Formats: sequence, structure tokens, C-alpha cells
Amino acid sequence: MFSGFNVFRVGISFVIMCIFYMPTVNSLPELSPQKYFSTLQPGKASLAYFCQADSPRTSVFLEELNEAVRPLQDYGISVAKVNCVKEEISRYCGKEKDLMKAYLFKGNILLREFPTDTLFDVNAIVAHVLFSEDVEYAHLYFFHCKLVLDLTQQCRRTLMEQPLTTLNIHLFIKTMKAPLLTEVAEDPQQVSTVHLQLGLPLVFIVSQQATYEADRRTAEWVAWRLLGKAGVLLLLRDSLEVNIPQDANVVFKRAEEGVPVEFLVLHDVDLIISHVENNMHIEEIQEDEDNDMEGPDIDVQDDEVAETVFRDRKRKLPLELTVELTEETFNATVMASDSIVLFYAGWQAVSMAFLQSYIDVAVKLKGTSTMLLTRINCADWSDVCTKQNVTEFPIIKMYKKGENPVSYAGMLGTEDLLKFIQLNRISYPVNITSIQEAEEYLSGELYKDLILYSSVSVLGLFSPTMKTAKEDFSEAGNYLKGYVITGIYSEEDVLLLSTKYAASLPALLLARHTEGKIESIPLASTHAQDIVQIITDALLEMFPEITVENLPSYFRLQKPLLILFSDGTVNPQYKKAILTLVKQKYLDSFTPCWLNLKNTPVGRGILRAYFDPLPPLPLLVLVNLHSGGQVFAFPSDQAIIEENLVLWLKKLEAGLENHITILPAQEWKPPLPAYDFLSMIDAATSQRGTRKVPKCMKETDVQENDKEQHEDKSAVRKEPIETLRIKHWNRSNWFKEAEKSFRRDKELGCSKVN
Amino acid sequence: MGLSAAAPLWGPPGLLLAIALHPALSVPPRRDYCVLGAGPAGLQMAYFLQRAGRDYAVFERAPRPGSFFTRYPRHRKLISINKRYTGKANAEFNLRHDWNSLLSHDPRLLFRHYSRAYFPDARDMVRYLGDFADTLGLRVQYNTTIAHVTLDKDRQAWNGHYFILTDQKGQVHQCSVLFVATGLSVPNQVDFPGSEYAEGYESVSVDPEDFVGQNVLILGRGNSAFETAENILGVTNFIHMLSRSRVRLSWATHYVGDLRAINNGLLDTYQLKSLDGLLESDLTDLAILKDSKGKFHVTPKFFLEEANTNQSADSITLPQDDNDNFAMRVPYDRVIRCLGWNFDFSIFNKSLRLNSGNAFGKKYPLIRASYESKGSRGLFILGTASHSVDYRKSAGGFIHGFRYTVRAVHRLLEHRHHSVTWPATELPITQLTSSIVRRVNEASGLYQMFGVLADVILLKENSTAFEYLEEFPIQMLAQLETLTGRKAKHGLFVINMEYGRNFSGPDKDVFFDDRSVGHTEDAWQSNFLHPVIYYYRYLPTGEQEVRFRPAHWPLPRPTAIHHIVEDFLTDWTAPIGHILPLRRFLENCLDTDLRSFYAESCFLFALTRQKLPPFCQQGYLRMQGLVSTESLWQHRVESRLLRDYAPTGRRLEDSSQQLGDQEPLGSPLAPGPLAQSVDSNKEEL
Repeated sequence: MFSGFNVFRVGISFVIMCIFYMPTVNSLPELSPQKYFSTLQPGKASLAYFCQADSPRTSVFLEELNEAVRPLQDYGISVAKVNCVKEEISRYCGKEKDLMKAYLFKGNILLREFPTDTLFDVNAIVAHVLFSEDVEYAHLYFFHCKLVLDLTQQCRRTLMEQPLTTLNIHLFIKTMKAPLLTEVAEDPQQVSTVHLQLGLPLVFIVSQQATYEADRRTAEWVAWRLLGKAGVLLLLRDSLEVNIPQDANVVFKRAEEGVPVEFLVLHDVDLIISHVENNMHIEEIQEDEDNDMEGPDIDVQDDEVAETVFRDRKRKLPLELTVELTEETFNATVMASDSIVLFYAGWQAVSMAFLQSYIDVAVKLKGTSTMLLTRINCADWSDVCTKQNVTEFPIIKMYKKGENPVSYAGMLGTEDLLKFIQLNRISYPVNITSIQEAEEYLSGELYKDLILYSSVSVLGLFSPTMKTAKEDFSEAGNYLKGYVITGIYSEEDVLLLSTKYAASLPALLLARHTEGKIESIPLASTHAQDIVQIITDALLEMFPEITVENLPSYFRLQKPLLILFSDGTVNPQYKKAILTLVKQKYLDSFTPCWLNLKNTPVGRGILRAYFDPLPPLPLLVLVNLHSGGQVFAFPSDQAIIEENLVLWLKKLEAGLENHITILPAQEWKPPLPAYDFLSMIDAATSQRGTRKVPKCMKETDVQENDKEQHEDKSAVRKEPIETLRIKHWNRSNWFKEAEKSFRRDKELGCSKVN
Repeated sequence: MGLSAAAPLWGPPGLLLAIALHPALSVPPRRDYCVLGAGPAGLQMAYFLQRAGRDYAVFERAPRPGSFFTRYPRHRKLISINKRYTGKANAEFNLRHDWNSLLSHDPRLLFRHYSRAYFPDARDMVRYLGDFADTLGLRVQYNTTIAHVTLDKDRQAWNGHYFILTDQKGQVHQCSVLFVATGLSVPNQVDFPGSEYAEGYESVSVDPEDFVGQNVLILGRGNSAFETAENILGVTNFIHMLSRSRVRLSWATHYVGDLRAINNGLLDTYQLKSLDGLLESDLTDLAILKDSKGKFHVTPKFFLEEANTNQSADSITLPQDDNDNFAMRVPYDRVIRCLGWNFDFSIFNKSLRLNSGNAFGKKYPLIRASYESKGSRGLFILGTASHSVDYRKSAGGFIHGFRYTVRAVHRLLEHRHHSVTWPATELPITQLTSSIVRRVNEASGLYQMFGVLADVILLKENSTAFEYLEEFPIQMLAQLETLTGRKAKHGLFVINMEYGRNFSGPDKDVFFDDRSVGHTEDAWQSNFLHPVIYYYRYLPTGEQEVRFRPAHWPLPRPTAIHHIVEDFLTDWTAPIGHILPLRRFLENCLDTDLRSFYAESCFLFALTRQKLPPFCQQGYLRMQGLVSTESLWQHRVESRLLRDYAPTGRRLEDSSQQLGDQEPLGSPLAPGPLAQSVDSNKEEL
């Protein structure tokens, strides 16, 4: 493999390099500051990373930097690691241990400095360094040497025409690396290649057996011409199952989702090229117009659930893993076996999104569960759903023999539902009958396979005479069924347990299986509601890793969140410091937690809202979510140790700390306006006679001429999409119409509510 | 009359004692609800009363239910369609295409189990109604002819009076509420000289053999006239059809009571030059004369008046004598009167003030939009006789329409007399779009009784929740609070089904080019029946607003209006074409964001904003967030609706394009530009 990209600068030429193929012979020179500065040569660029100590975090960066040595050398840019030693103080050696930067020098002039997080990998390093220099006269070529077997032969090369931005280069390289020509024999509508994902159209050259060789040559020729602009495929008509118009020899598929393919008759390679180029051109203009003039289109979906479900509509789910119920089978099924029923509506996006998770549950439970997974489409069996008291979607209910159906109230996701189903294999609360069994229960032995789903087991201890307390506990246990394992023990020898765990009856024993700890909580009040509250509170951790799933349970405490953002597992020392503060009651008015960006990548979005620019991790912030929305950041030049934290908290309390930002308190208003039909009706009434003319729309005769469409877009609006005149339906007409209407949807905007 | 016996019941104690001594003699049985007539409407009301556990009785003069159908239609073919297949399982949806069934909880009592014919035989209807009454155990007193109905004032009574019904045996029944479901039973007769020569639809022969080689004149232009013509079209010399107004084709008027295509064979032969024909003239200006051969001649009445005697056709001047191309110059062998039916007012005492309406409504008693008589409180007209409410508009005169209006009346009374508020489902605001989409796609009452019954959504404070009321008689909107027992303080939506404003009418060409509207922005110009949603910030209670609404508006002028674009398949579930514009409309009315979000987005909002959109508040924060699967997540990134926050890879999504590289605050998911909401337009309206 021998391919790569190359930057040609005016007057300077560099050798071919390859960032994807990386020999390890080059290593990063390590220099002292003094030594480093002495090596700088006038006019030569040099990238230096100043660092104090090798922390695990910087070593990743160093690896990447190491890999960038050779590519940068190829451009005549030297790379060095400069060790800041105590003896030599340089202003490039930062003050803090972790806040080190890389600097780009030209001669001994500083060109730019880079925070290390912008140089996240070798590609980023190379790209940033190269672009820091004057790139206006730079050209990027891709050398296609992979295709050349004989190294003496010249490699073909492609010039990148777009401005040199990271994005464009990424795009360019990706397309360069994609196969030049692909042969397909499937419906062009269904074909997808890397080009489509990159927002580039696809051109299919239609071929048949008889002319295959010639077609292939043409296609290759087209492919070279369109490299970087469109993907080119050879469509084998003979083995195609779908029909395409007889005369069409080119199929054009736009990158936009949902736009039907165009069937074209083009007898000249240049026509193909210009068709592609013209159509790309329009798109850009349209986008510009949208940006400048109209803003987002109200006919474009902005509901992420609806949009993703729509985009996913053609994927086949293994629905057969769940039993589809009907009016006829519903009662018999839920009576005959323990069942989970998903009530959904086929047209409702949220239910359909959840249906996928539900099927995932079925996949995971396949053959292992006694619980029957069923579903019923309320769009079809409306009456059944109404009878089951289902008036909204989706709803999940569990039907067990001899019990009232239970509605599932957890997260609408695979993990939580799976947990619910697994935990419902036992009864609530479990009746424990011997001391030995109780010990097994508390140790997690009894339900070994279930404590995976409930990290806490609760055991209620009651003397046999505590009737109401036992009933209340049973009620609470039943309420928590499927969420946390509960058991009850009230044999004559219960005192043995209460003595052992120092719990005066009635009491709860809380076994935390992950920590191997057993706590006892006296039950002052035995109201079921209170017991539920005690148990749910006890499930909360002192310093939890906050996740998408568990935030709501902490959020409802209504306290400011003290969040430690960490790229990976939390540093045990930080954890220890914070837990110490918790124990010392410094953090009672807060909810301390940490966030692992590896598990919860959306945390980066949160950090971006808090910081600009983003300091290196870890970051400790206090977010006053419930009153005021201020965000305070623990100074990143301070170590996260108890003393510093205490001091900071005191300053916070005293109002001596400035917030770094205030979260917007903006209400959630309609994202976009709606059509104002009332005004349109009024306008039509006041100027009677001009039927079917929406507000501010000019009526112009339509010529089905592509050129005119470009010149006068308002003309396109007029023609209604033909939904009833079936006689006009043939494939190419239909697609043309659909395309026009698609385009038109993007253009309107005059008739919105103003 | 034994009526006075009721009064002492509330009299002094001494009299009470007297009554106690002669109970059998004088206390008439008292019912909370009495129903006159065990036809479809009467049985339908009986069903609801029975289900609600009310005290009621149905009085029927015949020995079995549905006696009208034992004789009518004369040619035994019902023109109400019995569509047994729709390709859908949804029972409620299927009722949209079932014009014969009554409403019940029992799926066996669907008409499609009684006939396989698309246009079923009337005998099957009789059998069906009988089964309906029997299977459900409805309390019908057969062979009981109520001969007289009068009022007895009593301040203790629910309505300040009792209805006193006397049957053919003199037995008296006392009723708190009276439902009259007797249909239209009196053949309509027009008085003109010679009208006695006409045979009535109700008695004319239905044997085509009796019309062989005859010239036939049919008076009337309704379905019964055409039905009669259809039967004899093949054996007569010709049929002329005469009526006051031009023919109204139901496909053009969208009114099922107008001439249905199944009966319009005569139009076909007329226009295809086959001697049959249609003529327009007011019958009251005509006269029919019999000549010596027993044939009938039609002449304007004034010819007769000039002759000043009622002479035979042989002796007086006829139009053709002056005007030799007069259309009706040929004598007829038979004249058949098919002029429809009228309500039988005869059994109601004047004290009930049950009057007929004016103009076209003469055949119907005068009632309010709540189906209550304007003359007496507690007297309701149900079924065909209640059609004055939506005559020539909707389906209230037919089974597939009045089965719903009967239910509405029942609900009104449940509230009025039993403190049962109008049934409603309370849901969080996040379900608003879905609940509307669900109803407009399946509700049969809205579909059949378009413009008459409409769903009402009552918003709760701060629009965090709403109550959904189904099929409220929409002309009673101003009194909604008192009639339903529900509060409409915080604004409301009304969901109505409508044809395009200028689409329906006897003279309309409903097949014109471009009749179909496909674009969401043109939805307000939709022609075919489609859902229309009205938003009112306040309940329009003023007489001004409701009665004197703009011409052609079925409802008072709303704060905002939305049309869901017509759909060829009447399937309004398209995500972009139907649901998205609806959501935008609802959002702008409520001034909020009704989008749904995955848990991850809610998580981001929860930590970066002080407020959360309703979907996150009502779902995610209650630990019921929607978790995205891997494949949906991929689509989410590709759609650029959410940025991929993974540290490396997929950098492309961070492109500087419109929806890509933005901080969470400006991301497409965040609240949009502060779009002007409907509220801000308020002053201009």
C-alpha cells in the first residue's frame, strides 16, 4: 500500500508522505528548553511540546506526537519534546503541571500555540501545524499510487479543489480512499456508499452484458473526472431485480435522504459531469439562501425521535421474537402465560423508537425467560388498548397469573426493561424462612443471577406479631417490584438477625452487594409510602458516577450538583477527597457526583456549555441547577485535595467566587412558526377571485424546463403534486414531480406566520 | 283521563293515604326515561340507558323493532353501505364505513354479520334490530301505541314537569325525560288539483309487470322517486320525473340523503336520449287532469282556474293547445307520488309546544343543537326526526350519523341528571399531538357526523395537561361548561372534519382537475373531508360569537386554525405531511415546544439549561426517558439533529454547516428563535 496526500506549496516541493502508514523509526527528540531554542533555524518551522512530567494523560499525546514526527519532517518541520526542568525557567513552561501546550515556531518567531486537546491525534497535529502556516497558496493532491504496480510509473494525482479546511481534507481523503468504481446489481435507491454519507451524490452508469467492457471504460473515465465530487458505480442492468426505464443510461442519486433517484439519458461523458456539477452547485446556493434569508424550513423535521425513526423505517427488525397480539388473541395470551405487553401505535415515533429497544430485550432474553414478550399495535386494535386503560403510547404492562397487571414505569430502554423483567422472576417481597436463607439472601448468594440487576437487596425484619408493619412492608415491596429486590423475615428467631446486625425491630437490612456491606435502618414509620422512600433514598450513592440513566434520581433532590468531569475512571485520590468531605458533612447541601466522559460522551456537550475554551480535564464544577443556574468551576490550577476543596466551598458560600457562566433560563418556545392558515383564509376572502394563491406567492406559468427552474424558483411552486391523476404516472415523471415538490418545500417561507 | 291522579301524589298527607288505599287505580308507572319507538334510534338510546343502569322503557307499537323497515324502502334495497372489508383491523375506523350498525360493546352486533350485500336488504335490517334488542335485553314494550302525549307540571320533577303518555289501552305512563324516536312516518302530500290521482310511494305496486308499456310520471326527486323509477325503467315507455328543484346528486353535495348513484339509472337513460326525462316545476302550481280514457294530463293550475270548473281534460284548454311543444303534452298512464315523509306531530298535545320548523324544516320538529325540543325541556328528538340539526349537511338523519348524536344526548343527560361529567381522558401535554392524530385517523363519529359532532380538548392550567372530550355537539360549544361539567378556563381546541368550503353543492363539479391538495402549506384549501383544528384562547360563549359567526364557518372565528391536508387514503399519519405541521400549530398555540427527545438530549438539557422541554419534564425527569438504540443513534448523528460528542472519529458531523457545529444552546434541538406565537398576534385578530 502506497498512498497518501501531499501538500504542494508554491516554490517548495515536498516528498510524498504517508500518514496512514507509520514506520516507527522516527522518535521524538527530548531536549531542554535551552538546547531546543538553540536548534531553531531561521525560516524553518518547528513544533515543540513543553512538558514538566510524564503523566498518564500526556503520554497518550506524546505517542501521537511521536507519530507526527515523520510526516512533519517531510514538510521540513521539526518536532521536539522540551522538558521543563527546574534549573531552566522558560515562559513556555506553564505554571501548572497539566496545563502544558505545544508551540509552533518559525525560526525563533512564535507562530501559534496549541492546547493539547486540539491536537488529539496524529492527523490533527499534522493538519493544525500545516494550516498554521500560510495555506492560501497550498494545494492538496492525492497521489493514487496504489493502482500503480510498477513504481517507476507515475502515480495519477487529483487536486483538491475545495478550500483547505480540516473538514474538507477529511472529506477529500475519504473519497480518495474509496474505490474508484464499484459494480452493483441492486436497486439504486437502496445503494449507499461512503460518498452518500459524506454528502456527495452517486452516479450509476447503466451497463448490460453486451456492452459491459465499453461501459466499464466509460464509467472509469467518469469516475476519474468526478473523483472527490461524486461516487461512480456501474449498474448491471441484466442482473437487476427492479425495473429501470429502458432508455435510461445514467442514474443520479442525490446525497439527501429520501430524494428519489433520477433516471437520465445522457450520451456524453461531459453531460454527465456537468449534470453532477450543476446539481451540486444548486445545492450550495440553496443552502446559502437558507442560511441568509429564511432560516430553518418549517417543513423540515426537527424532532429527533420522529426523524430517526423515519430514517430507520426500512430496517427490518426481528419482530418475530415477540408475539403480536390481536383483539382475538389478547385475553387468551395474557391469561395463559406471564406476559409483557407493549402497547404502541405504528404511526407514533416514540413508540416505534422504543419498539427497537423492546426487540433488543427479546433478542437478549431469547429462549431464557419464562416471560412472554408480546406487543399490540393500538393503531389496529384500538378497542383492546382502550379496554386495558391505555390512552397514551407507549405503555408496557406486565400480566402475571393471579395478579393485577403492572405498568412498567422505568426508562424506555433495553437495559432497564430487561432488569425489570429479570427482577420480576421472584415475588415481592420474597418470604425468607430461615436464618441461613436470610444470610444467603444478604450475601447475594440466594439470587446470584439477579444481583446483577439490583445491586442492593432489602430485607425487612419483623417479629411475627408485627402484623401491620409486615403488611406495609409487603405493600412497599410490591410497589418496588422489578426495581429492587426485597425480602421479608419474621420468623420466631428474628432476634438473632436483629442482634447480629444491631437492628431494633422493625428494621430494614440493606445489603449493598458491590461493596459487600450490610446496613441496618430502623423503621420508625411503617407506612408503605415512607418505606418506599427510605429504600429509594438508600439506593442513592454518596458519590455516584452520574449517567443519563441515573441523573433523574439525583436531580429530584433539588440540590446543586458538584460534578467532577473525568475522561475515564475517576482518579481514586479525587474520589477519596470528596468522600472525605461528604463524611465531614461539607457537602450536605450538594449532590456530589462524577461524570465519565467515556461512558457519557454527551458530557462534552455539557462542558462546552460551561467552558470556553475548554481547560484540560479533570474539571470540577458546581452547577446550581435549581436556583439561579450559576456554574462555578473549581480552579483548574489547584489540585483536587480536601484542603483546596474546603477553601473553595467556603469562598463559594461567602460569595467570593465568580460563576463562570449562568445556564440560560429560556423557556422552551415553539422551535419554528406554523402556517398561518387563518391569515391565508382572510387574504383569500378579501381578494376573492384569486383562488388557490397562497399569501405572497406569485403565480407564474410553469414550463417543465430545468433552466427556468433555476432562474425562477417561484414558478416551481405552482404545479401541485399529482396525487390523483394516475394517467400521468410514469416513473420518470413521478420522480420529477416529487423532486420538484421536494425542492419547493425548501423554498417556501412566504406563507408562514409572521 | 287519569292524569289528575299524578297530582295528589305531592298533595296533602290525607290524600296520600287515599292513594295508598287505591294504588292500582291511580298511580301510573313512572319512569326516568321513556323512549317512543323501537327503531334504530330508540334502540340505540335504550342501549346507552341500559349500560348506564338507568330507569327506562321503550314503547313500540309494532310487535318487533324496526317496523318501518318491514315495509320500507318499498323495493327492499337499503342504500346505506355495508362495507365488510376495509383492509384494517381497527374496529372504530371500520365504523366509518359501516352505515348500518348500531353502537354497542358486542362485536357480534355488527351489521356485517347480517348481510353480505354491499347494499343490503331491508329484511336483514329488521332481523338485525330484533337481535340487537333481544341480545342486549333492552326493555321494550311492544304492541304499545302511544296515542297521546301531554305535560303535567310538577315542581319536583327533573324538568318541572312530567311527560304523560297514554297508550291505546288507556294505560298512562309518566316520564321525567321523553325521547321521541318515531322517525318520519307520514307520507308528504302536496295539495294541488288532481293530487288524488297520484298513487303514493307507500302503496304503489312494486311489480314491474304492472307498468309494462306505460307512460309514467313520478312526482319528486329524492331517492324514493329514483328507486321507484329504477324498478320500472326497463318496462315503461318512458318515465318523466317532476319536482320543484333541480336534482341534487349526493356525490356533489356530499350529503347521503341526496340522490345516490345506486339509484340514478334514470339520469343515465335521460342523458343518453332514451325518452326518460327530468322536469322542474313547483307542484303547487300544477294540476293533474284525467281524460275520458283514464289518462292523466299535466297543466299549470291557472289553466284550470280560467276554466273555473273541475272539468275533465277533454274539455278544457291545455298548455299544448297554445304551445304545441309543451314538454308534458303526452298523457300519462300513471302518476306516482314520491315526496318523502314528515314527522307525525299528531300525538303531541299543544302544551308540549312541539312545533315544526319553517321552510325546509317543516317535516321536522324544531329542536336545539342539543336535540332538545325548543318547546319543552326534557323532550328530546332522536334519530331521523332530529335531522333538522344537520339537514342536507351531515348524516344525522341516518343510522350511521344518529347513532353518535344519540350517544351525545345520553352524555348530556348523564351530566344533567346524574352528575356524571362528560367522559374525558386527561393526558400530559406531550400526548397532545398523538391524541389528535389517533382520533382523526380512527374516530367514526367525527367522520360520519362531520360539522356536527367534534372533539374538544380542554387545556389545563399552564398547558401542562389536557382533557380530551369526544364527539361533543359543536353548535352547543358556548354552553360546553354547563353541559359537560368540565372547565374550559385555559383555552381549548376543537377537532372537526370538513369538506372544502366551496367543494360541495348540487351544481359543483367535484371531479375538476387539481382538486387534490398535496402540499402542507395549501392544506387550508383541501377539498375532500379532512381534519380541521380550531384553537380558542377562551371558550366562545357570547351569542354573537356562536350564532353570528362568519358565513360558511361551522364554528366561531378561532384564535388560530389548522387544516391537516386532505389525504387520498384518509390516513393522516405521515410524519412530515401531517404530523409535523400539526405539531407546529399546537406548539404555536400553546407557545411551547412539543418535540420528543431521547434521554441523552434531556440529560444534556438538564445540565445546561434551567428549564426543560415538556417531553423531558414529563418523561425523562420521572425516570421514564426514551433511550435510543444504536441504530437510531447513528441516524441521529447523521441527521445532524444531535452532535456526536464522542471524542474522536465522526468529526465530520461537526461540520460548519447549518445544523452541525453549534454549541448546545444554538443547536437545532434547543428552543428556536423566539418565534412569534399565536399569542402575540392576539391584538391583530
